[in-house]
Amino acid sequence: MHWTDYITPLMEGAWVTVQLTLYSTVLGAVLAFVFGIGKLSPNWAIKGVSVAYIEVFRGTSLLVQLFWLYFALPLAGTAMGIDLRLPPVLAGVLALGLNIGAYGAEVVRGAIQSVHTDQHEAARALNFTSRQTLWNITIPQAIPEMMPSFGNLAVQNLKDTALVSLISLGDLTFRAEQIRNFTQDSTTIYSMLLVTYFGMALVVTGLMRLLERYVTRWRTVGG
Amino acid sequence: MLFGFEWDLSSPLAFAISIMPILLIGMWVTIQATVLGFFVALVLGLVFAVLKSAPSRFISWPATLITEFIRDTPLLVQLFFLYYVLPEYGIVLPAFMTGALALGIQYSAYTSEVYRAGLEAVAKDQHEAARALNLSAARTFTHIVVPQAIPRIVPAMGNYLVSIMKDVPVLSVVTVLEMLNVAKIVGDRTFSYLIPLSLVGGLYLIMTLVASAGVRLLDNWLPKQGIPLK
Repeated sequence: MHWTDYITPLMEGAWVTVQLTLYSTVLGAVLAFVFGIGKLSPNWAIKGVSVAYIEVFRGTSLLVQLFWLYFALPLAGTAMGIDLRLPPVLAGVLALGLNIGAYGAEVVRGAIQSVHTDQHEAARALNFTSRQTLWNITIPQAIPEMMPSFGNLAVQNLKDTALVSLISLGDLTFRAEQIRNFTQDSTTIYSMLLVTYFGMALVVTGLMRLLERYVTRWRTVGG
Repeated sequence: MLFGFEWDLSSPLAFAISIMPILLIGMWVTIQATVLGFFVALVLGLVFAVLKSAPSRFISWPATLITEFIRDTPLLVQLFFLYYVLPEYGIVLPAFMTGALALGIQYSAYTSEVYRAGLEAVAKDQHEAARALNLSAARTFTHIVVPQAIPRIVPAMGNYLVSIMKDVPVLSVVTVLEMLNVAKIVGDRTFSYLIPLSLVGGLYLIMTLVASAGVRLLDNWLPKQGIPLK
């Protein structure tokens, strides 16, 4: 087989990787905001759940989480009498999203805390409710602070999708492994694989820069 | 049976207790891989940091490109590359060594940035003061810059040590018998994944909490203004 013959199956795998990255990044972003804001909540129950989520998913290995969701959760379900067998795609998206969400939650928390206290005092002086202060004053100013870290996390997430090949999901790495088993042409196939991931990471970085420019556009207007 | 330990499937608790020694043997391999990978990352990262700050663009640009490439590609793929491609060129390493090398290479891209940031964070007037005192460039670096950079570098490196620990399970794909792989084998043989994998999660949580606490202690213990090398 010539190396050009590898391109079609690799591209099919790359498309699965793109979808996984997209879904898990969106899920991670939602979880990051929910638990990042939750960690700052005055309500101890919400705060406790948020801290527990963040500590568990940052404190254990992603591969352990992935294997737990894929191999152990169905057995826990059987013990409780419910069917918790997840298809590989769902297990992959969930593990990746939950993992990156925990890292993102710390970013969200840090960015919210970095907003100057003057802003809170001014909001209170203007008689804003605490919810209005959060949504209209704090978060719009915190989002630009989060963007550089979110960019790094998005690339991190793209790289982490390679692990889903280990639960037999047909992503880019899985396809490359299949071709290698068939042709034993390790050098070519793994070089192509590395270059493809590098290219995808550059695209993700570029997209995150665009998003950063979009969410910081008010800064240049208001000064 | 694994590593000479039988498991006891009579009750969940008995099962958990009986596989604990097996998991702890796996944990020891995880710790060894972490330490060795961290060591490679520290050394290789320093090399990259020096090359990236080289005065000649013909050295600094390729070094920057290489570290970007390492940083933007998955550890798993780099590991496959080392494990399957190196032997084709006559370099045959044991799986454990290949794994530690892959961890070290992946994290050298991150540690090189830590070195660079730590050295650049030393205030410019320190360099000026050193020059005013007629210190040579070498002496300025070893006696002024490095002692002040160390307290900035150490905590960041500690965080990467914890990250490396969490990436060690990836090494299971090249047959390294670290903690997750051992738990998976127990699960494969007993058809009971829940207890081994949950225990691995719990043990990981303990390991990372202990390691993070250690890093924080070290950070508090290091004097912020810098440590003298003598």
